[in-house]
Amino acid sequence: MSETWAAVLVLAAGAYLLKLAGWLLPAAVFESRRVRRGALLLPVALLAALVVVQTFTDGRALVLDARAAGLAAGAVAVALRAPFLVLVGVAAATAALVRTLT
Amino acid sequence: MRDAVALGAAVGAYGLSFGAAATTAGLSVVQACALSLLVFTGASQFALVGVLGAGGGAVPAVVSGLLLGARNTLYSVRLADLLRLPRARRPLAAHLTIDESTAMATAAPPGLAAVGFWATGLAVFALWNLATVVGALGAGVVDVRALGLDAAVGAAFLGLLALQVRDRGTVVVGAVGAAVAALAVPFTPAGLPVLLAGAAVAPAVLRAGR
Repeated sequence: MSETWAAVLVLAAGAYLLKLAGWLLPAAVFESRRVRRGALLLPVALLAALVVVQTFTDGRALVLDARAAGLAAGAVAVALRAPFLVLVGVAAATAALVRTLT
Repeated sequence: MRDAVALGAAVGAYGLSFGAAATTAGLSVVQACALSLLVFTGASQFALVGVLGAGGGAVPAVVSGLLLGARNTLYSVRLADLLRLPRARRPLAAHLTIDESTAMATAAPPGLAAVGFWATGLAVFALWNLATVVGALGAGVVDVRALGLDAAVGAAFLGLLALQVRDRGTVVVGAVGAAVAALAVPFTPAGLPVLLAGAAVAPAVLRAGR
């Protein structure tokens, strides 16, 4: 089995167990404020990091290219509370336009 | 009803971009579809393909995905209390426990929470998987860079991030996470910057007290 398939299946099992835990275990297990705070804040830190890695890196180099222009346009769409489709479309179109111009 | 149409359009667009991102990152169409069928929690799936695509290896990719999936545990605690489902239904309900179904169940008028949960969960599941297939097949036949689809992935993460940012604490954590990742990229193997950013929440969590 390839490494990618292993990653897919392990994530599937783990993600399901994370969902199932709250349905089966007593709520008291999750009442600690630290657990709640951690589960709410982790996605924020990870998603912010993923934005950076997807947009501003090429291998181990930090780069500024057409993807940054796309992200900036996407940020405007977010600020205007545009739907997800518009956000993704605007970012892609802006990056494509910058590439044809440069 | 308008909420349902808006939600459907958002899930469709999100699923298309996931399918495209997965095959662009080097996964097969079958692997992309397996993720949507079996993992069924968008941010975790995006994180896995993002880290794998950056050459980060399986372990950091899976750990990033699991850390993002931890919020689903809080959702299921809330839903278990709200819906009081019979034990036999809980394994299926667990698979459908995601942002959208939780939001609809908790926003529904009393008495309609269960209907809101099941209807939303099943509809999103169908749409999400359909959109993944289309996106995964579509990305194979177009020029990803020429269409700017690689930039769309970063924007998709930004859209997800915007949904999670609620107060000043979350803004600070997001900024610190982004800064840690940027500083770590030149010095660490792919995949690790995202995990290090996750560690940046530790001070905020410890300060929350028990």
